[in-house]
Amino acid sequence: QLQVATETDAESCDPWAGLQEGSRIHFSDNKIKTTKYTLLSFLPKNLFEQFHRFANVYFVFIALLNFVPVVNAFQPELALAPVVFILSVTAIKDLWEDYRRHRSDTEINHMDCLVYSRPEKRYLERFWKQIRVGDFIRLRCNEILPADVLLLSSSDPDRLCHIETATLDGETNLKQRQVVRSFFHLDCEFDPSKYNGVIECEKPNNDLNRFRGYIGRKCGLYKENLLLRGCTIRNTEEAVGIVIYAGHETKAMLNNNGPRYKRSKLERQMNVDVFWCVIILLVMCLFTAIGHGLWLFQYGDKRPVFDVLSPEGANVSPGLSAVYLFLTMIIVFQVLIPISLFVSIEIVKICQVFFIHQDSELYDEETDTHLQCRALNITEDLGQMQYIFSDKTGTLTENKMVFRRCTVAGVEYSHDANARRLAMYQELESEEEAECPSRGGTLPRRDSVGSHQSARVVLRSQSTKSHRRTGSRAEAKRASILSKHTAFSSPMEKDITPDPQLLDKVNEGGSQLNFIHFHRQPMSQLPSDLADIIDFFVALTVCNTVVVSSPDQPRQKVRMRFELKSPVKTIEDFIKRFTPSRLTSGSNSSSTSSLVTNRSSTRGCSSALSSPSAESTLTKLDEEGSRLGGAGLLADFSPVPPGYEGPTAKGGAGGVGVSGGAELRYEAESPDEAALVYAARAYKCSLVGRLPDQVTVELPHLGKLGFELLHTLGFDSTRKRMSVVVRHPLTDQITVYTKGADSAIMELIKPPLTDNSKGKRQRKILCKTQSYLNLYAADGLRTLCIAKKTLSKEEYACWLQGHLEAETAIHGREERLFQSALRLETDLHLLGATGIEDRLQDGVPETIASLRKAGLQIWVLTGDKQETAVNIAYACKLLDPEEEILTLNADSQEACAALLEESLLYIQPAFHGDLSAAFPLYPPSAHAAGATTPFLVHRLGLVIDGRTLAYALDKSLEDKFLEVARSCRSVLCCRSTPLQKSTVVKLVRNKLKVMTLAIGDGANDVSMIQVADVGVGISGQEGMQAVMASDFALPRFQYLQKLLLVHGHWCYSRLANMILYFFYKNAMFVALIFWFQFYCGFSGSSMVDQWYLVFFNLMFSAFPQLVTGTLDKDVSAHTLQALPQLYMNGQNSEEYKPYMFWMNMMDAFYQSLVCFFIPYFAYAGSDVDLFTWGTPITTLALITILLHLGIETKTWTWMNWASIVFSACLFFAVALSYNSSCPTCYAPSNPYWTIQRLLLEPRFYLLCLVTPVTALLPRYFYRACQGSLFPSPTKVGRQLDRSWRQTHGGNIFSLGNLASTSDPLGLKTAFASFNNPLPRYFPPKDHPQSAHSTLTIPKDAAVSAPSDPPLRTSEDHDQSTATDDTQSCLEVTKELPGVTEGSRVVESPERSALQRSDIGVSGWVSSTPPLLQKEAVELGTAPPGGRSRCVAYTRNWEQNQGSDPETPPVESRTRTQTKQSIAADYSEEDRL
Amino acid sequence: MMASGYNAKEEDGHHSGAPGNGGAGAVKSKKPDNTAFKQQRLPAWQPILTAGTVLPAFFVIGLIFIPIGIGLFVTSNNIKEFEIDYTGIEASSPCYNCAQNYSWNSTSSCTCKVPFTLEQPFESNVFMYYGLSNFYQNHRRYVKSRDDSQLNGDLTSLKSPSKECDPYRTSDGLPIAPCGAIANSLFNDTLELYHLSNGTRTAVVLMKKGIAWWTDKNVKFRNPGGNANLTVAFQGTSKPVNWRTPVFELDPNDPDNNGFINEDFIVWMRTAALPTFRKLYRIIQKKVDAPTLASGKYELEVSYNYPVRSFDGRKRVILSTISWMGGKNPFLGIAYITVGSVCFFLAVVLLIIHHKYDNRCSSADIPN
Repeated sequence: QLQVATETDAESCDPWAGLQEGSRIHFSDNKIKTTKYTLLSFLPKNLFEQFHRFANVYFVFIALLNFVPVVNAFQPELALAPVVFILSVTAIKDLWEDYRRHRSDTEINHMDCLVYSRPEKRYLERFWKQIRVGDFIRLRCNEILPADVLLLSSSDPDRLCHIETATLDGETNLKQRQVVRSFFHLDCEFDPSKYNGVIECEKPNNDLNRFRGYIGRKCGLYKENLLLRGCTIRNTEEAVGIVIYAGHETKAMLNNNGPRYKRSKLERQMNVDVFWCVIILLVMCLFTAIGHGLWLFQYGDKRPVFDVLSPEGANVSPGLSAVYLFLTMIIVFQVLIPISLFVSIEIVKICQVFFIHQDSELYDEETDTHLQCRALNITEDLGQMQYIFSDKTGTLTENKMVFRRCTVAGVEYSHDANARRLAMYQELESEEEAECPSRGGTLPRRDSVGSHQSARVVLRSQSTKSHRRTGSRAEAKRASILSKHTAFSSPMEKDITPDPQLLDKVNEGGSQLNFIHFHRQPMSQLPSDLADIIDFFVALTVCNTVVVSSPDQPRQKVRMRFELKSPVKTIEDFIKRFTPSRLTSGSNSSSTSSLVTNRSSTRGCSSALSSPSAESTLTKLDEEGSRLGGAGLLADFSPVPPGYEGPTAKGGAGGVGVSGGAELRYEAESPDEAALVYAARAYKCSLVGRLPDQVTVELPHLGKLGFELLHTLGFDSTRKRMSVVVRHPLTDQITVYTKGADSAIMELIKPPLTDNSKGKRQRKILCKTQSYLNLYAADGLRTLCIAKKTLSKEEYACWLQGHLEAETAIHGREERLFQSALRLETDLHLLGATGIEDRLQDGVPETIASLRKAGLQIWVLTGDKQETAVNIAYACKLLDPEEEILTLNADSQEACAALLEESLLYIQPAFHGDLSAAFPLYPPSAHAAGATTPFLVHRLGLVIDGRTLAYALDKSLEDKFLEVARSCRSVLCCRSTPLQKSTVVKLVRNKLKVMTLAIGDGANDVSMIQVADVGVGISGQEGMQAVMASDFALPRFQYLQKLLLVHGHWCYSRLANMILYFFYKNAMFVALIFWFQFYCGFSGSSMVDQWYLVFFNLMFSAFPQLVTGTLDKDVSAHTLQALPQLYMNGQNSEEYKPYMFWMNMMDAFYQSLVCFFIPYFAYAGSDVDLFTWGTPITTLALITILLHLGIETKTWTWMNWASIVFSACLFFAVALSYNSSCPTCYAPSNPYWTIQRLLLEPRFYLLCLVTPVTALLPRYFYRACQGSLFPSPTKVGRQLDRSWRQTHGGNIFSLGNLASTSDPLGLKTAFASFNNPLPRYFPPKDHPQSAHSTLTIPKDAAVSAPSDPPLRTSEDHDQSTATDDTQSCLEVTKELPGVTEGSRVVESPERSALQRSDIGVSGWVSSTPPLLQKEAVELGTAPPGGRSRCVAYTRNWEQNQGSDPETPPVESRTRTQTKQSIAADYSEEDRL
Repeated sequence: MMASGYNAKEEDGHHSGAPGNGGAGAVKSKKPDNTAFKQQRLPAWQPILTAGTVLPAFFVIGLIFIPIGIGLFVTSNNIKEFEIDYTGIEASSPCYNCAQNYSWNSTSSCTCKVPFTLEQPFESNVFMYYGLSNFYQNHRRYVKSRDDSQLNGDLTSLKSPSKECDPYRTSDGLPIAPCGAIANSLFNDTLELYHLSNGTRTAVVLMKKGIAWWTDKNVKFRNPGGNANLTVAFQGTSKPVNWRTPVFELDPNDPDNNGFINEDFIVWMRTAALPTFRKLYRIIQKKVDAPTLASGKYELEVSYNYPVRSFDGRKRVILSTISWMGGKNPFLGIAYITVGSVCFFLAVVLLIIHHKYDNRCSSADIPN
């Protein structure tokens, strides 16, 4: 909707009048103010905001209640202290943030910009904040745009302005903006003083991709004309524009949303318990109030002397007294609602985020990025995920598109050499690991790289050497450092080895074409297959939006100008250009030169790189076809230093040499485009330059050709294709090149005529191409079809008419352009198809396997076609070749319903009877507590395509779909749209009530990321939209493993424990006072000094829990990753279950009883006074609370010790100084010299000893029993942790440590653990029955492992471990007589080898040789659970019986086996 | 940045000589510092609570607690304590009459004599307490009802006591000194002890000084204008409603024990923690040659002023010796012995658990 801003009219008519009067106030000026407060408004506004949090209101209410004399419990000022403290901490934080904003605002507001001053008739430097709407500003290269500016003039001869939008959306590729069309033909210098016009435009909005308006009532304005604030001008020397939106009305500012607020599951759970606390509080208050009423009532009218009358001397009735008391008790017991809980949680979360940020394992060297936490308050949700929804491209895969193979005209070119080259990258890595030290110095060969950069490379490679990384990544890293501005241009993507057969054909085609062209023969003489090949490569080069730049002047686009012509924009233009006379002339040289002269005046004042004479010479030379001459001139002309011999230069024709030599950079918007352009370049069909009206292509034997670019019909996801309309320079025909998804293109291919041989051939080609496409897809390649279409002038004119109308349409422009594109892309002629490989990211299969083992269901939602997706799924071990796959492809709602019904029927009988084929995803405890009904996940994969998904997501079918989907182990949705992705996530999240995580990298994943509980963005190659929308941004998919399994687990367990502790702590403390009410006539009296009461939470007990909440590690990172099962701890919310709250409450009440009654009896009947008795109770409570935390603390670092000691010391320090400071100040407690006296009393110390012990005895005993009788998985993990540490003692190969391991218990558990090999080093295999562990060493490591020196040194060590192991396990076998033999297996060398590899691989110490670290020894996983394992032993033994006990069969077998055959191996064993 | 460079070198081990390391400072990367703290690798002690690891602790606690408990119990039992209830509820009680007739408003004193016999002699110093039961000195409003500044001798507060003292702040327009409910309800029975031996009635010497905390007597409580002339100092103030004598006549014979610094008053002002309490009244000094209180007949002469019947209170007199851990209270000893035994018992239980369960291959318990 176009809203006419009439004010704009008025102002723009005479933009200067307003300025002079200074009256243009109704437009916002360009001064930005992102601060929330001013000095005056800070206090009220900040307080107002803080009181939006209910808890704050409550606490203030309570504090204010103290000012009412009848109910007050504390000194009113003192009661305000905590609330004021909390509020001021928050206020100071806000103030500081606001101050920082203010500083950056000031900085931005005072940046300089050239603004046209009418009185002085020139551009003057002004501050940004002085810019007004309607000002003309002049921008120079690399300047940042101060406001949203309408581009009126550009120094660029094409009337273009390039901008970089990295600050807006993070995309680093250049975007082109055009000068407003009515200004297009203006003379060189735009003179603002002469301009007078009206601009109408939309009201300011936040849509970055939309802008509409008029200038002068007839010329439309589009987003291509608008330069947005915050972008940087690139490649353009100067641009002039008029400010349209300024300051806060700019799109960038309107897009500036604050961070998102999500509430984590844990917090929701916590809020329930806070609510329970409120109930407990009210119950306690009510109880006390009633008690007080009754207590008073029993005295009747004779009020005792200690019942003080009201200040007026009147007798208060028991009822009223009770009411007053109720309010008093709320104040006294307020601590029960933990005032500092919310603040503490926030602090702890910030610290957690800090640590996640700092994790060097989540840092990606290649891109120099680390994990970003964009949402600060849901760290603990990471530990509770149940479903992962992942995008495929760019998330599971590198999004590094590598051209793999292609088919042209029905002939397949397999590019074997290219395949080998890609394989090389894999191998390179191992070499690099080995020779890294020597490599650094020799690495950069390129002249253009400065010396400091090479030094940097050396350093980087050193620092990362110990990291486990693959060669391709190291390679890519190097490249990215060298040319870090260009995306999609790693050597792997660039250096494509051409298929020799095809290369020959291309050369042949080129030379023939040259010949034909040179002799002016009709083009049809060229054999059709050669013509197709040439067209194929032309299409690859032309049909894209790649911008060419050169390396040493990044961002300076290469100008290869032959003629200056804009794309066809008007009918007149069309008629002018395509007049029959011109077309029939056969040569376009005259028209071209005439055009050149026509426009020479324009060019004269432009600052183009080349002089007109050079250009015209060039043009002429080119048209003469003088390749060598042209090449020579080009070499001079090219900004790239000549003399570089590119990898493709094989001493061919001179022209080829030049094009290969000038290493041009291709800045592509998508990696596919870049891959295709690089592929074409490998065949010497290089894209040399791109201008809005022209694409320059260099072809073999033909030299540079300028394709006049008439239209570009950009890619959109509905059409799934893009097209360019060009005029072919050789044939002069109007040609449409279309590139797109095979499904989209194949439907549009012109059906071949049946009668003649040509038709037959066409059909054959189609048929063959289709089969190759299927083959490619089966290989997991991304397929694209290339087609072309030749238009006659009439057809073109006809289409152009409609298209131009569509372009100029105001309403429904997009829709009309879309229709126009559809009209053009019909009856295509198929040229060929390409297969692009999108390589899996490092560690994806391992990560998926480990996440799955962690109980996470992984769904992949991709827009790719089914075959490709399925193959990638196999490659990344999402699908298992052994499991059955349900494929749902339906054409209609009914079909879909039937299919789902069928699948359900299939699943139930097939698997319900046979439980061994299914395994529970969640341990049984989850079913009891969770909302999900118990169900089993079968070994089934579900594949569903987009269309069927659309039906299945219908309201009527969604339940069935979910039922099917949840029973499957893996779900793969192909061809899904962004909306479907988010619908699926929403459905699963809402219906199954599970925690969902969505991960993706592209704009199409944004909706899914936003819907999920936790959204993770991959900061990969496809821009930043996903990252902007995400809660966490990861550099690579594999980091998800550590993020979830380690940090998620930690964050969850830390926070859960901290919250529980908080509740306990407060309840325990408050209960002390509650018990006292029974002994003070329920009068609301407190034996705890009010100062201690108020500051107990805030000071004395605050620090240790923060430290524990931040630093505690229940299990080490290593074990968590090795045993992904431990993650289920969080999924099932096992650290914080509802009953745990009540358990903690019970414990709190018990402990408070102890802490109250031991001093009570110890002092009973004595002459102790109230506060001399209360102070020990406070002390005891504090000690108990601290020790309680000690029991719950799993990891004691010096910080834990320090914080606990500090807390205790702080209490005594405060008590000592408080008790000696002022003898009369602290009414009513008046604690002068109390603690000092207490400290001299032996009874005090005796109490301090016995009370905490008694209070903590049950918990301590319970924990100990729990640890022994029914240890939680986490605990077992900790034991493993400990035993490893003890065994290896920091150096896994030190033999001495073994002997010195003193703790016999630890030793036993340590080696027991090795029976259950660490799943991390196992292939990602979830066979429930393959309990038997197989040792397989992949590839070269298998051969070298036995002779590996480090392993040999640990030989003795392992022998002894084996014997120990045997002893410990013999105990088991006694209990399970059926497996007595099993223990013998342990003694076999295979066992010890297994342990050895475990030790060798565990990677505890960085000194482990890289080879070992990298080559993970993969072992068949044993699903733990004693019984099945013991069975496994038997089986194992049976196998070994047949073979020589000295040479373990499994190991010897794997030495000769390749990785592939191992899969078969597993299945064999399964059947045993 | 230097730290990361340094660490990279460390990890490589054999790399220190390579050229280009000098430029480490120049490298700016976002790579997190590889410090133990930031990577959460701080050296740590990770105790694992299992029967086996906890067991020694229980044994040790048991072993330590039981002897302590026995020691405490014996100490407590060695303390001699004698208690006389003189409330006069029962008709047989010598103070029955006084108790029946007495209220706050009485002006005349009622005296009763309570005879008692000490079976055993009391060695060392004997502390004489009065005890009250069911007297809620810890009642919230009661505890507050005082003005510490006034008691500290502050002249302003003397004339205009704190609001906390209401309704015992002023009487007949004059400020009350000492104000407040605590002072108002001052225990005003007078107790005297006589030894009856061979028909003679000898008064036992009762020390009335040294019963209050030193800090209270010397720091917290001060008379307005020093101890010079209390009558003048307290001019313009009124006595508390329930008092018979003004504050400057609490102990007219001893200026060091008069006014606010009267020790009986100070002791009373230190409000008791629990409704049943005792307060130190007098000290009987140890004699050099004989037991402080020889066994035999004694007579307690009570000047019965303090009414407790309205709230079912009880009044007692307690004679007690004292040990290093205070008065007679066997509780702590019993507690130590009990807790010690429980720990010992639990240790045995843990030992059994440890033997039965701790040796199994515990890694089997990780579910898949």
